[in-house]
Amino acid sequence: MADIIFPHQHILGIEGMGPDAISTILDLSESYVDLNRQRDKKRSDLRGRTVINVFFESSTRTRTSFELAGKRLGADVINIAVEASAINKGETLLDTAMTLNAMHPDVLVVRHPYSGAVQLISEKVECAVVNAGDGWHEHPTQALLDALTIRRRVGKLAGLNVAICGDVAHSRVARSNILLLHTMGAFVRIVAPPTLVPADAAKLGVDVYHDMAEGLKDADIVMMLRIQTERMRGSLFPSQREYFRYFGLDAEKLKAAKPDALIMHPGPMNRGIEIDSDVADDINRSVIPEQVEMGVAVRMACLDLLTRNVIANFDDDSSKGGAA
Amino acid sequence: MRRAFVNARLLDPASGLDQKGGLLVLGESIADIGPHIRPGQLAPDIEWVDCHGHCLAPGLVDMRTQFREPGEEHKETLDSISRAAAAGGITALVGLPNTRPVIDDVAVVEFVARRAREVKLVKIFVYGGVTKGLDGKQLVEMGLLREAGALAFTDGLHAVRNAQVMRNALSYAKAFDALIIQHPEDPDLADGGHMNEGELATRLGLAGIPTAAESVLLERDRRLVALTGGRYHAAHVSSAEGLAVIRRAKAEGLRMTADTAPPYFALNDLEVQGYRTFAKVSPPLRSEDDRLAVVEALQDGTIDVIASDHAPHDQESKRIPFAQAEPGMVGVETLLPLALELYHKGQLPLLDLLRKMTVAPAALLGLPLGTLGVGKPADLVLFDLDRPWRLDVKGGVGKSKNAPYDGRPVQGQVRMTVVDGRIVYQVPEN
Repeated sequence: MADIIFPHQHILGIEGMGPDAISTILDLSESYVDLNRQRDKKRSDLRGRTVINVFFESSTRTRTSFELAGKRLGADVINIAVEASAINKGETLLDTAMTLNAMHPDVLVVRHPYSGAVQLISEKVECAVVNAGDGWHEHPTQALLDALTIRRRVGKLAGLNVAICGDVAHSRVARSNILLLHTMGAFVRIVAPPTLVPADAAKLGVDVYHDMAEGLKDADIVMMLRIQTERMRGSLFPSQREYFRYFGLDAEKLKAAKPDALIMHPGPMNRGIEIDSDVADDINRSVIPEQVEMGVAVRMACLDLLTRNVIANFDDDSSKGGAA
Repeated sequence: MRRAFVNARLLDPASGLDQKGGLLVLGESIADIGPHIRPGQLAPDIEWVDCHGHCLAPGLVDMRTQFREPGEEHKETLDSISRAAAAGGITALVGLPNTRPVIDDVAVVEFVARRAREVKLVKIFVYGGVTKGLDGKQLVEMGLLREAGALAFTDGLHAVRNAQVMRNALSYAKAFDALIIQHPEDPDLADGGHMNEGELATRLGLAGIPTAAESVLLERDRRLVALTGGRYHAAHVSSAEGLAVIRRAKAEGLRMTADTAPPYFALNDLEVQGYRTFAKVSPPLRSEDDRLAVVEALQDGTIDVIASDHAPHDQESKRIPFAQAEPGMVGVETLLPLALELYHKGQLPLLDLLRKMTVAPAALLGLPLGTLGVGKPADLVLFDLDRPWRLDVKGGVGKSKNAPYDGRPVQGQVRMTVVDGRIVYQVPEN
């Protein structure tokens, strides 16, 4: 696999990533899906490499997924949880970044509650940085694992109608998915109450619906988003009951979509608020557990590609007169 | 001290003067002005300065700055802002009351006045808060603060949120004919926002502030001005919608005026791309349509004044995630060259432009400054109208360097600044 070209030093977002780079990650992920289903899952490709998961915002599944990905490739993985309140008190974000950098990690996996914070860290460190979610901005590995799930089930991404439903305004998952799906030639609609649609959403190239029956019409993929509990207390929508009535996915609303439409959710689900258990657990339609499985494979591919450090090698080669 | 400035292009917006000639200073005041002041005509004991045909205008009066002293001297001090202002051709500046402690009491006004006398470079004035602690509840002692020297009243970066408090402030201030200056942004509509609402905010995942935050509060205040007959000034107006409210208020004859600052006519919200915290200001940089509306409002007189909106911040306030970064950029050193862009683009005649930075703010604040009238203080700026150069914020005189202008090509450069007849700045020879 030494001939794989991956022209990125970091994975900070889907923005700026072309279809070739996305396909490269997805193709490599496929091989790790197979590996993860074997009894012996351990590889040694990343032996001697250090991966630090730095989570400024609590997370169980994403952190575990990255941790497993690193360990299955043989890397040393360390988890650091930094409470956002602790940042405000003492060390600045860049001081934290410099401290970690001095420990010579090969990859930093960073989640942060503020948009742009992961990029800021990447500007200060010498290692590769993976964005594990920054504010409302991007969550690229989630979009990649969603794409892998769809591609394995449907066989393609181009030309599909994908409906992203729910709290798009505050969702980094939605932003990364919109960018990735457009890059790969899919059509994206968003379905949400107007208070949960971001400003100028149409300029992102999506169609906006406020009615599930219209928005799900002929959809190949129905992607539900999690409603953050803290949003339920504001004035964005009146109650969980009303939200579920109009925007929660149930068997009745799903009828508008194609008969074989896939149901997705990035988790963790609020059953009975944005999704009904009947559809979430429908083994023929729901690919929600599969998304979690694909997550480990995609993150293995990301860590693998970034630690190959193609760019650095390329620079070395070119400085030798392009002999390689 | 007798000094003559000769061979100058005299520009005095107050009188409409634009002609070649000279200006004579006796002591601290302007003694004579006109084409007859030429080197050959001067008494031998008069020191003279050859202006080489450059523009000699009243020193700029900057009605909106933050000088951070007392309280945050690591960001700026009265000494550093004075030197920076002098380098920018500003001879008088007014500071917001958001120092630490805030300026809501006579003692702090007197402290600043004493420090200004010690520094003695440019003229330094302050505003008092509208409310105690700038928290929007209890009115300050407007009469006493005015006597102590507070020029007008504003809660600085905070809007006066409560309509009843604003009504009472406008009403009570009439007893002293005092001006109330508002930060026109509805705190609820702006709550949690960090940049202009729109496509870029959506792409960056940053909470947006709609332009309605500005127009909603201005509209409310327009009605309160109508109700009370008070004197009201809207600071740094940034949007087409907000300007429409001011335009209407003026047409109705209400005592409502407005200023804006260079960020709002020289930049738009695309500057935030890449999470550039130097482009984070309050109100936020707006869309290109809004920027053009600001230029139009400068042309039609809806906007009376251009102020620097100087807001110095250290690295620790800016090299952090965008949502956490403090809003504001430095501006006293770049005010004139950025404003001159409007002239060089043919958008504003030179005298109209200078009026908005000299006699217009001085008149609003009741200061006898900003003119070249005989007998007036000799506060002057000499500038080369056409000289092309690149802004160098990092190399600036002020303590803080937070502005996104580095390397921006501009035309027009300050050569000398004079306060009360004293030369307080001279461009370094290169």
